Amino acid sequence: MKKNKMVTLTIDSRKLQAEEGLMILDVARDNNIYIPSLCTNEAVEPYGACRLCLVEITTARGRERLVTSCLYPVEEGLTVKTNSERIASVRKVLIQLLMARCPDSEVIQDLAKRLGVETTPFPLEDKNKNKKCILCALCARVCQEVVGVSAISLVNRGVNRQLATPFFEPSEACIGCGSCVYVCPTHAIAMEDTGDKREVRWPHSQMEFKLRKCKVCGSYWIPERQIEHIAQVSGTSPDDYDVCFSCRE
Amino acid sequence: MVKVSSFAELETLRKSIVARRDPQKAMITVCGGTGCHAHGCEKVAAAFRQEIEQQNLAGKVDLRITGCHGFCERGTLVVVKPQDIFYQRVKEKDVSTILSETVAKGNVIERLLFTDLATKEKITRELEIPFYKKQNRLILGNNGSIDPTVIDDYLAVGGYAALARSLQRMSPEQIIDEVKKSGLRGRGGGGFPTGIKWESTRRAHGDTKYVICNADEGDPGAYMDRSLMEGNPHSVLEGMIIGAYAIGSDQGYIYIRNEYPLAVKNAQIAIEQAEDYGLLGKNILGSGFDFSVRINRGGGAFICGESTALMASLEGHVGEPRAKYVHTAEKGLWNQPTNLNNVETWANVPLIINKGADWYSKIGTRNSKGTKIFSLVGKINNTGLVEVPMGITLREIVYDIGGGIPGGKKFKAVQTGGPSGGVIPESLIDLPVDFDELTKVGSMMGSGAMIVMDENTCMVDIAKYYVSFLEGESCGKCLPCREGLKRLREILADISEGRGEDDDIDLLENLSVALVDGSLCALGATAPNPVLTTLHYFREEYDAHIKDKRCPAGVCKELITYCINNEKCPGCGLCVKACPVQAITLTGKKKPAILDQEKCIKCGACYDVCKLCAVDIK
Ligand SMILES: Cc1cc2nc3c(=O)[nH]c(=O)nc-3n(C[C@H](O)[C@H](O)[C@H](O)COP(=O)(O)O)c2cc1C
Ligand code: SF4
Ligand code: FES
Repeated sequence: MKKNKMVTLTIDSRKLQAEEGLMILDVARDNNIYIPSLCTNEAVEPYGACRLCLVEITTARGRERLVTSCLYPVEEGLTVKTNSERIASVRKVLIQLLMARCPDSEVIQDLAKRLGVETTPFPLEDKNKNKKCILCALCARVCQEVVGVSAISLVNRGVNRQLATPFFEPSEACIGCGSCVYVCPTHAIAMEDTGDKREVRWPHSQMEFKLRKCKVCGSYWIPERQIEHIAQVSGTSPDDYDVCFSCRE
Repeated sequence: MVKVSSFAELETLRKSIVARRDPQKAMITVCGGTGCHAHGCEKVAAAFRQEIEQQNLAGKVDLRITGCHGFCERGTLVVVKPQDIFYQRVKEKDVSTILSETVAKGNVIERLLFTDLATKEKITRELEIPFYKKQNRLILGNNGSIDPTVIDDYLAVGGYAALARSLQRMSPEQIIDEVKKSGLRGRGGGGFPTGIKWESTRRAHGDTKYVICNADEGDPGAYMDRSLMEGNPHSVLEGMIIGAYAIGSDQGYIYIRNEYPLAVKNAQIAIEQAEDYGLLGKNILGSGFDFSVRINRGGGAFICGESTALMASLEGHVGEPRAKYVHTAEKGLWNQPTNLNNVETWANVPLIINKGADWYSKIGTRNSKGTKIFSLVGKINNTGLVEVPMGITLREIVYDIGGGIPGGKKFKAVQTGGPSGGVIPESLIDLPVDFDELTKVGSMMGSGAMIVMDENTCMVDIAKYYVSFLEGESCGKCLPCREGLKRLREILADISEGRGEDDDIDLLENLSVALVDGSLCALGATAPNPVLTTLHYFREEYDAHIKDKRCPAGVCKELITYCINNEKCPGCGLCVKACPVQAITLTGKKKPAILDQEKCIKCGACYDVCKLCAVDIK
């Protein structure tokens, strides 16, 4: 594989080498420099919705600006400040907006503490309104970009935006794989298996799936619909999935 | 139509069109713009057509339906040529008189002329009306004289000469240089230098390059792009073809909102006619250059005017912005180098090529060249589209062109740049209007909407209004804009409804900074402008609402009471009839009416209806 060119940049006074094409946030993380973020995950393309990863940069040519580090590719001679006063005050408002949006979310409260923010000046939303969803769209993006079925998406525009299955009804496309549950940064999506039944609960819609039983250990291990999907995509037979992964090893 | 396959043939065609036309023949032009449509111009035009036919006048008089003149409020506008007699507020019933008096005998019909409010003088020629006098209608000028659905009209006034000149005598680099030298900056809001944008797109690597015309115009109150698209679509097309040649693009798009049916229709007709003549398509004018244009209709979301959202929408995705750290000049539509310009920007291009950058750059100020079209609306006597040289003062626009404030009211402020522009107070009325000056005072050029406000406008209410508009238009992708605008609106509502607290001002400011610094796109980043400017210039009004629970302008319902002024009220009973909830009663002849505060819903009907100003707002 062709190796990308390396560039030299400075993050918080540390001189670093990084591969061209990487984003500032990735490079900071690789070097144990903390930048808060809620809407990134290495599985999907950066999106830039939460704005928490804002940093102050000065380019080699001396241009200064604020950018979201999840989306800004590193470049030669870049100087990055991850936590100036200006950034801290913007982040403070951002986290306060989230505290009011999702008063029930421990993740948001913990992040607020980490950012040194105790309270929010904004009236709290009813806990049931947004549940724990911050609309980072990671779930919908994983469903589209990784799983490839786009079973859930953002509906409505602007302040009325919600994350849901189409028309809030059970989605034909959903295979019950739970990838969305896994990527959600605020644990806003719940998944529960009981007997041969899996339930996935998004903030504003929910679905049930029938699970297949493993012929060897007898545990219910995968939704039938996920098997159909995998079988179809990989051109295998649905019968190939009668034994669970652990028993196959 | 015959294809024109060389530069010489284009000139021959132009000459033959001009030769066929007799400049001395009588002609009636009826404005067919959307504004005049609202005044019934279709009926007026139909009546002319019918009368001309019935009276067998076709050989003596031509009828032409033109684009918008800008003075929409006075529609339907009719001009009789060759004398250039300008009639306003023309109705169907005036048609036969115009034919029998003006066309046949050359008599001027006084009652259809414009009357100057200040001098009471009747004015016969369009350009002598004060509304037009200080304008410099380089871009809008042909709107009122050509039929936008007839390409020959455009050719007759020199259309497509700039294209021929570009293809025949200029290299792409020379065109870019000329546009750079002209100092043209984008009219879509940001004011980015057009030549530099073209150059970046030309230099960018890509198999295909695109040019796009942004005709989304989502700004409430702005309609210059619509007017140009409807009234002179070929000037926009010509600009696009020249731009495409300079950039190296063979495919263009016009992204136009579906709510503009006439603009869509006229743009479509223009494209087809240009194709028929060979001014679009393969091997344009025999130059070897290919370029075609397609129209794409937008759903009418404000955010779809933003460059990256527009491109996403053109691709068939949801119209949401993305970060522009990689410029659209490098990776735009379908990830190819793309050059997006506003309608008015494109329409400036033929002018620059025809008259030269040196000529063009003499108009305007140091860093803002040429003219700008503003839509002048609100509390002002003459509303409409005005095209003025950059650098003209707000005073000249408001008083000389706009004719001042109606009803003897005091001028208070003007909002420029649309919902996310700023409110500029009276103390800055001598501000020269250009990109940088407007930005300096906290506002912006934006699309060129100009909303004039009088003393009865409450600044907290205005800020709330714009913030609610933007809240409704936020795409919702990024946190500060989506959640922050909602909170801004809530706080402003609290203040205007008497629940304001001392900390609210700080909160408004902090939120505003977070939006400016933190938003993904310019919608969120400019949205706090109305809040920040009203806070800056009208702080005492916020204080009055918060501390004294008082609305000095008498607008915020929760903070005012309507009272009958006993000394002035003669008990005429007009207000009694106007009140929808029977809160006012009469106690006897010539005795003042009594207003029951318990019942009053503060609709203001009594205040509006009282001829003696005997209703006070406290
Ligand atoms: C929210 C938003 C709405 C916009 N709407 C329009 C519009 O309706 N028309 C337009 O020409 N530009 C609009 N713009 C500006 C465009 O993003 C872009 O800058 C412009 O079309 C570029 O053309 P110009 O360089 O000729 O001005 C908008 C920008 C934002 C942020
Ligand atoms: S600033 Fe507003 S409109 Fe722009 S991306 Fe963010 S939410 Fe959407
Ligand atoms: S992590 Fe960059 S905007 Fe959310």
